[in-house]
Amino acid sequence: MHITVTVNGQTYTHDVEPRLLLVHYLRDVLRLTGTHVGCETSLCGACTVLMNGAAVKSCTVLAVQADGAEITTIEGLAKDGQLHPVQEGFWEEHGLQCGFCTPGMIMASYQLLQRNPNPSDAEIRHALEGNLCRCTGYQHIVNAVRYAAEKMRQSAPAASGT
Amino acid sequence: MFPRPFDYLRPTSVAEATRLLASHAEAKVLAGGHSLLPMMKLRLASPRVLIDIGRIPELTGIREENGMLIIGACTTHYAAESSPLLRRHCPLLAETAAAIGDVQVRNRGTIGGSLAHADPAADWPAAILAVEAQLKLVRRGAERLVPARDFFVDLLTTVMQSDELLTEIHVPVNPPRTGSAYLKVPQPASGFALTGVAAQVTLGPNNTLERVAVGITGVSSKPYRATATEQALQGQAATAEAVAQAATQATAGVEALADIHASAEYRLHLARVYTKRALLRAIERARG
Repeated sequence: MHITVTVNGQTYTHDVEPRLLLVHYLRDVLRLTGTHVGCETSLCGACTVLMNGAAVKSCTVLAVQADGAEITTIEGLAKDGQLHPVQEGFWEEHGLQCGFCTPGMIMASYQLLQRNPNPSDAEIRHALEGNLCRCTGYQHIVNAVRYAAEKMRQSAPAASGT
Repeated sequence: MFPRPFDYLRPTSVAEATRLLASHAEAKVLAGGHSLLPMMKLRLASPRVLIDIGRIPELTGIREENGMLIIGACTTHYAAESSPLLRRHCPLLAETAAAIGDVQVRNRGTIGGSLAHADPAADWPAAILAVEAQLKLVRRGAERLVPARDFFVDLLTTVMQSDELLTEIHVPVNPPRTGSAYLKVPQPASGFALTGVAAQVTLGPNNTLERVAVGITGVSSKPYRATATEQALQGQAATAEAVAQAATQATAGVEALADIHASAEYRLHLARVYTKRALLRAIERARG
């Protein structure tokens, strides 16, 4: 089946098998390997990407279901060589150790800050329930999201004025 | 993990979807895919044909019509959890939606998909029973409304026929002085309910319980109404003692599931304790 998908602003058209999962379309067809395959059972969240702005587990979405959709992956966050504030937060606050869960963590955190620019620690933890990290114990991840939230709030008034 | 190959059909209207269902006996309906796709990846299900109803506009959204809330079957859990209409007129449904899985699952999973799948540990069934919803089933050239308490038959089994499509969930708008609560004990890894209790009460004059409904999921092979508990409280004063007494009957006649996460005895115990807690919270909220 022919699908047309916009990924990180670029539009692609491919003929895919209906059973192809979105995560494999991104990794194997588009070669965007920043999105990881973890548990493959919709639990760990390593494969999280944004589909039309909503965080989804791309191991549990068919590529054909993404036909016509806008997808954002971890590769689509940095602009002009500048890390996105969420990425910067994970860097500055040491929000990762092995890094396997990080792309998914960052995409889920990104969605949280779109929906709630000033989350409490409890709200951050609640929003990341679908993402498992086996290294950090989560505290540094919470710190990273808080860092990003603050940075994004500071830059928001300036951005809206331009 | 890959599903077995299948043909993929994507109708754009209910009429087209029911026509396809009538002509493909071996087809399964795909909504958000968060129950079906995991089963297909594990090869527990291998349908030859998938009919994707995710692009049918008339199946999405929540509206109010003559004192009823009409919820499209493809409304996501997240849309339900954040719906101002549900929060105002039937907060039990918004509270239940927010308790499902995690945010990624709630972004994709749908109320209709969950109900049609009838997982015995799903959250929606408890709430759907407690609010006395009706489910609209459409087949080619015919439709019927099924009360929630007649919908669930057994483990992963409902009254739906293979050519029927669940299109809408109809829920009455809450009368004044109504309160509700959904409380669950999640299995820590999956988030599915070891026990989930949805309670909704309406208070009459002198704080008597005019209407009491309790739906319970996760405990047995199908969700059920705690009828004995409801009858014990009907018309009674809404006191903590009366609730505690009535909650001991929440598992009367129930045969419980057992697995490595919880024994049957433990599930039954949780159901009685959470029935009490959910009712007390519902009464507190009804008082305002």
